[in-house]
Amino acid sequence: MQLTERHQEYWRKNLTITAILLVVWFIVTFVEGWYARELNSVTFLGFPLGFYMSAQGSLVIYVVIIGIYARYMNKLDKVYDVHEGEDE
Amino acid sequence: MSAVVSHRDFNAQLKKYYSFYTGGFILFVLALAVGEQMGMSRAWIGYWFLFSTIALYAAIGIMSRTVDAAEYYVAGRRVPAFFNGMATGADWMSAASFIGMAGTLYLAGFDGLSFVMGWTGGYVLVALFLAPYLRKFGQFTIPDFLGARYGGNIVRSIGIFAAILCSFTYVVAQIYGVGIITSKFTGLEFGIGVFVGLAGILVCSFLGGMRAVTWTQVAQYIILIIAYLTPVVWLGVKHTGIPIPQIAYGPTLQKIGELEKKFTADPKEQEARGLAKAAAAEATAALKDPVKAATERRAALEQRLAKAKADNAPDHVQKSIQQALNNTPTDPAKAQEYWSARRNLGANANPPRPHATPYPGATEQARDTARLNFLGIVFCMMFGTAALPHILMRYYTTPSVRQARTSVFWSLFFIFMLYFTAPCLAVLAKYDVYSYLVGSQFAQLPAWAAAWRQVDPALLTITDLNFDGIVQLAEIAIGGDIIVLATPEIAGLPYVVSGLVAAGGLAAALSTADGLLLTIANALSHDLYYKMLDPKASTARRVTVSKVLLLVVAIVAAWVTSYKPGNILFLVGAAFSLAASAFFPALVLGIFWKRANKWGAIVGMVAGLAICMYYMSVTYPFFRDLLGITAPIASYQWFGINAISAGVFGVPVGLLTIFIVSLLTPEPERQVQELVEHVRYPNLAGDIDTRAT
Repeated sequence: MQLTERHQEYWRKNLTITAILLVVWFIVTFVEGWYARELNSVTFLGFPLGFYMSAQGSLVIYVVIIGIYARYMNKLDKVYDVHEGEDE
Repeated sequence: MSAVVSHRDFNAQLKKYYSFYTGGFILFVLALAVGEQMGMSRAWIGYWFLFSTIALYAAIGIMSRTVDAAEYYVAGRRVPAFFNGMATGADWMSAASFIGMAGTLYLAGFDGLSFVMGWTGGYVLVALFLAPYLRKFGQFTIPDFLGARYGGNIVRSIGIFAAILCSFTYVVAQIYGVGIITSKFTGLEFGIGVFVGLAGILVCSFLGGMRAVTWTQVAQYIILIIAYLTPVVWLGVKHTGIPIPQIAYGPTLQKIGELEKKFTADPKEQEARGLAKAAAAEATAALKDPVKAATERRAALEQRLAKAKADNAPDHVQKSIQQALNNTPTDPAKAQEYWSARRNLGANANPPRPHATPYPGATEQARDTARLNFLGIVFCMMFGTAALPHILMRYYTTPSVRQARTSVFWSLFFIFMLYFTAPCLAVLAKYDVYSYLVGSQFAQLPAWAAAWRQVDPALLTITDLNFDGIVQLAEIAIGGDIIVLATPEIAGLPYVVSGLVAAGGLAAALSTADGLLLTIANALSHDLYYKMLDPKASTARRVTVSKVLLLVVAIVAAWVTSYKPGNILFLVGAAFSLAASAFFPALVLGIFWKRANKWGAIVGMVAGLAICMYYMSVTYPFFRDLLGITAPIASYQWFGINAISAGVFGVPVGLLTIFIVSLLTPEPERQVQELVEHVRYPNLAGDIDTRAT
C-alpha cells in the first residue's frame, strides 16, 4: 500500500479542520470557564452571559462543531476519492 | 448495489417501527391517565409502568437473540447513524444524569454546570479523535484496538484490566439507581428491587448481546426523553408562559437573584439560619441515642404547645407546633432517619448560595481553587467520555465510517436534549420553592411538599424552627433527587406523569447498566478468553462463554451493590478519571502518531492509571481510612484539586510518558504503520482488511 500525494493532502486537511474545531472547543470550554465571573456582568437574553454559556451556549456550540466536522469530512472523502462505496 | 438498497430499506423500516412504538407508548400513557381519572390506584399505575416497560424491553431482547459473533458483539454493523445516536444517548445517560443532575444543579448552582459541560463537550473529542478511526478498524472491543496497534498481549491485558475497573465502578452506581427506583415506586424492599431490576437488565442483553442492547436502548431513549421533557415543558409554561423554557428562563433566574438578596437580608431568615445551625448540632448529638432525644423533643414541644394555647397564640402557630409534635417519631428506625435528615439543616446556617454566580468563596484564594476544581471536573468528564469503552464500542456498530461521524452528531444531539433542559429545570423548581413554598403556612403547605415530606425525610425536611407558623428558606432541607421526582407534582400534573418519570429513570439506569455489563463480559470473553487463552474457539462457543460471563458479572455487581456503597457521584466521577488516564493517551496517540510504540503504550497506560489511583487513594476519605492515612488531605493535594478530578494528572502524565518512552525505544514495525494509515482513510485502494468476524 503506497500513499500518494493526494492521500497526504487529505490527511493534512483532516488535521487542519480537527485543529481549528479543537481551538473553538477549547475557547468555549476552558477560556469561557476561566472568565465566567467576568462574563457574568454581561446580560444575554435575560441571562448573565457566563451562566448562559456554561448551561446552554457552549452545549449548542459542541453540537455545531460535531455537525460541521461530519459534513466537512464526509465531503472531503468524496473529493479525495477515499469514500466508501457500499454506504447509502 | 443490493447492499445500498438493503441499508436504505432497513433504515426506513426502523423509522416505521419506532414511530409506531412511540405512538403506542403515548397511547399507553393516555390510557393510564384515563384509568387514573376513573379511580385507578397509584400503586397500580406504578406497577403498570414498571412491568409493562420491562416486558417490552424483554420482548425486544428476545426477538434480537443471536449466536452470530458479529451480531452479538457489534449488532451486525448495520445500525444507522440516527438510531445509533439514540442508543448511545440511552447508553450514556444514567440514573445519575436522569434523576441526580437537576438536583445537583439546584443545590450547587453554577458550580454544578461542570458536569453538564463535561458530559456533552466530551463528544467533541469522540468525534474528532476516535469514532471514525475506530469504525474503520472495525473489530469488537477497545482492547482489540490496543492489542492490534501496539502488538502483544501486555497492552491488551492492561486494556482489559482498565476496561473492567472503570465499567464495574460505573455499573455498581447504575444497579444502585435501579434498586432505588423500583423500591420507591412499587414499595418493594431495596434488595428485592435490585434483583427485579437486574432481571430487567439481563433480559435485554443476555440472549442478543450488542444487537439486543442496541434495539432496546433505542426504545429506552424514547421513553426517557418523553419522561424528562413533559413535566419541564409544563412547569415552563406555568412560570414563563413559553413552551420552550430552555431559552425563556432568564427572567426567572433574575427573580431568583432578587429573592436570594431578600432572604439574605430578611431578619426572620437570619434568625432561622441561626436556629438551623443549632438544630443541626442538636441532631448530631441526638444521633447517639435517637429515641431518647426524640422523647425529650416531644416533651419540650408539648410544653410549648400548652404555653401557646395559654397565650392564645394565632391558630396557624398552634397548628404548626402540633404538626412538629406529630412529625417527631419515637420508633427507633424512624427516629434515626428523622435526626439524620435534621442534621442536613446545617447547610442552611449560611445565606443562600447565589445561583448564577460562578465560584463563590470567602477569600480570593478559595474562589480560585473553586474555579480550578470546576475546570478540573470539566476536563475529567470530557476526557473520560472519550475513553469509556462502553461508549466507544457503540461506534463499531455503524455501517460505515461516514455514518460513524454522523452518528456522533446524533448522539450528542440526543444527549443535549436532556442536559440542555436540566439547568432550566433546576431554576424553575428553585423559583417554585422560593416563591410558593417559602412564606406559606405550615398548616397549608403546597400539596407536593406536604406529600413528599412524608415519603422520606432525607428528600425533604421542612421544620418550623422559630415557631412562627410560616416557612422560612432556612427551615427547608432538600435532597437533590427530589427535584426530578417531584417536578410533575410541583407542576400540578396528574400522578400518571410521576409514573412516567419513574419509567424514564428506570430506562436510563437499565440502558446504561446493559452497555456496561456487556463491555465487561466482552472484555473477559472476547479479549481474555478468545484472543489470549483459546484462539481456536468456535464462534458458537465464544458467544456462549460471553453469555455465561455476562450472567456471572451481573450477579457479582448486584451483590456488591447490595452493600450500598456510598456516594454515587464520586463512583461515577472516579470511573471517568480512571478511564481518561488509562485509555485516552494510548488510543489517540495510536491513531495520530505513527511513532508511538508498544513500550510507550505499556509504560504510559500504567503510569497514567497509577498516578490517578495514587491521587485518589491519598485524597479521598474512604481510601484514606482504608490505608490509615491521618495527615490532613490538604498536605497531599496538588493545587487544591479534589480526588474526583484525579484524571487531570493522569492524562498529561500518560501522554508525556508514551511520548518519551516511545522515542527512547525502536520505532514500530512497518506492518503497524500500515495499520495506522489504514484507519486514517475510510477507503484505500489495495487496503488491508482488519474487520473481525
